[in-house]
Amino acid sequence: MACCQDHQHYDRDALISFIEGYRGQPSGLIQVLSRIQQTVGYLPKDLLAVTSERLDLSLTEVYGTASFYAFFTFRPRGRHGITLCNGTACYVKGAGQVLESLEQELNIRAGDTTSDRKYSLDVVRCIGCCALAPVITIDEDVYAGVDPEKVPEILGKYE
Amino acid sequence: MNIQQLTEMREVARQKLLVRSGELPKDGYKYHVLVCGGTGCVSSGCKAVRDTLIDEIKNRGLEEKVRVIVTGCLGPCNMGPIVTIYPEGTFYQHVNPDDAVYIVREHLENGRHIEGLMYRSPETGKLQDRWEEIDYFRNQMRLVLRNCGFIDPLSLEEYIARDGYAALAAVLEAGSPEKVIEEITSSGLRGRGGAGFPTGLKWGFVRKAPGTPKYVVCNGDEGDPGAFMDRSVLEGDPHSVLEGMVIGAFAVGASQGYAYIRAEYPLAIKNFSYAIEQARLNGLLGKDILGTGFDFDVEVRVGAGAFVCGEETALLESIMGRRGEPRPRPPFPAQEGLFGKPTTINNVETWANVPLIIHRGGDWYASIGTEKSKGTKVFALAGKVNNTGLVEVPLGTTLRQVIFDIGGGVAGGKQLKAVQTGGPSGGAIPAKYVDVPISYESLAELGSIMGSGGMIVLDEDSCMVDLARFFMDFVQDESCGKCTPCRIGTRRMSEILTKLTQGRGTPEDVELLIELANVVKNSALCGLGQTAPNPVLSTTNNYRDEYDAHVKDRKCPTGVCPMRVAPSRVRK
Repeated sequence: MACCQDHQHYDRDALISFIEGYRGQPSGLIQVLSRIQQTVGYLPKDLLAVTSERLDLSLTEVYGTASFYAFFTFRPRGRHGITLCNGTACYVKGAGQVLESLEQELNIRAGDTTSDRKYSLDVVRCIGCCALAPVITIDEDVYAGVDPEKVPEILGKYE
Repeated sequence: MNIQQLTEMREVARQKLLVRSGELPKDGYKYHVLVCGGTGCVSSGCKAVRDTLIDEIKNRGLEEKVRVIVTGCLGPCNMGPIVTIYPEGTFYQHVNPDDAVYIVREHLENGRHIEGLMYRSPETGKLQDRWEEIDYFRNQMRLVLRNCGFIDPLSLEEYIARDGYAALAAVLEAGSPEKVIEEITSSGLRGRGGAGFPTGLKWGFVRKAPGTPKYVVCNGDEGDPGAFMDRSVLEGDPHSVLEGMVIGAFAVGASQGYAYIRAEYPLAIKNFSYAIEQARLNGLLGKDILGTGFDFDVEVRVGAGAFVCGEETALLESIMGRRGEPRPRPPFPAQEGLFGKPTTINNVETWANVPLIIHRGGDWYASIGTEKSKGTKVFALAGKVNNTGLVEVPLGTTLRQVIFDIGGGVAGGKQLKAVQTGGPSGGAIPAKYVDVPISYESLAELGSIMGSGGMIVLDEDSCMVDLARFFMDFVQDESCGKCTPCRIGTRRMSEILTKLTQGRGTPEDVELLIELANVVKNSALCGLGQTAPNPVLSTTNNYRDEYDAHVKDRKCPTGVCPMRVAPSRVRK
């Protein structure tokens, strides 16, 4: 049964059976949460409840772990994920200006999603391309040596 | 596969790799074209270059003569996309798809080398044809990176051709875990994750610790912003890490291993997982390894975005599916680690050193480096420097050699101001110490640490107060919140530093900052908190005048800080 929640289509049955595979194994919590995050785009409440019940953990424990890690979100994300690297190399090479430009262009702050749910903007600490600083990634694409003035042009490639 | 079959496979595999040592093989291939496929080159567009090369080779009917191989990271990311052609070893930089067409027509079809794509030494102005001749590589000693950029990381065969799994076979054949530990101890190998604990000693503790099963863990949670050595090794030579883990498991008596790799490194996760599959299929992992009766398997665990998980006890908590919060040591993981059992946890680079040490001997390894810091270290050179990328040098090399001889000096002809090693846990080493040989001890004496190998070059335009603020901001964000000194102390320090960079600071603030830094250093629970004040302590020690300028003159000497509040409006 395909499910329609927050306009996100995903195979809920497959996801539940993945969770089922970790029945009674609390140590599988992060793998389960990662799968939900990847499949749905965030961690919906009802699936956290399923996780808690199957993995033999309280909902508080599930929430405690989920909220600890930066990769998990509790709200739906945009269709395109923009990540700005703010590692040391990117920082000294002007990541701050790139961030300003992105925030201005998208009219959101880092950590937010645009109201049309087209883009989400996040700042991460290092994606390990320090030689190419400053770097942003959009979905799977990496943009090196980003010039703040080129931001609108880069964003224009995504629909 | 048993040991005999492994040896036979190596003979066959070596024949196929002969082109890359400048010889003519029997399989008909005249050229091997190596395209660097590290994350850096992927970002510079190497995939289009590879596709064009393959298409053009087909168009010209050269498929039988030319093999195109995508390798892991070769190192000099600023020169990407990079194409190397064997048997000559010709190095082409900044290659675009049009150049790729040209390479096929000129080099591969007509044997003419293309000068326009070669590297020109900025010092002598001479073209440098072979990659080994280039200043950037000539001054390195590539041991851990021996295969990175030279083999296809997805090919077990190519790894085996380069003596891969020979060390494992030797260890299993000899059947003495104690001898393995002796060899590692005599090599003087120390933990490459930053703390520098002797690896042989750690393994000895785990071997002797009561309790089963025992575990082996690879720390691939390279969180230091500005460091990417581990990523490149996992991407470019995953089997070397895996072989190291199997040898380590045999030495300590472990039956299960985990590789914890951060989620920000998708290619590393992919390549390492693929290596595990290949090793399992070929009897190098799983039950009855190489027919010797030894059982050991490895699982990949993907991180979820928490810097503190690079701390070993936090990492173990995370593997167990919990919040990645450190716990007090002792008990050390060697006694009570994963699931409460004896565990040896080592960094990616440490594991990659292991097969090499076993293969060439602990004494050989100990002959490289300084008295107390043996072997080589891989650094991720970045920031305001001409050649950025991965650099591997023997310990005892000076910062000057790394920044100037290999890195080609400070970018834009500016003056070197400082070098930040060890990331947020390290300190800024002033330019006047640039001739100090790099070792665990010398960097600690200078108020920094070796750390995992991040090396950020700062020039005269970098503000040291702002740098301290940047790192403190990072650490307070990543503090897990379990212990009070780190949770509150880093926040307060971050607030003071922000105040200073906005021109609202007072001399008392600087005093309070230093006091807080010392308190946090002495009282935090884990390595993250204890080292968090290092950037503050090293910059207040060496650049006190800059702090004074920020609070007394309310000026940022480099003009980096916003100093938004006009001096007249600051209330005393």
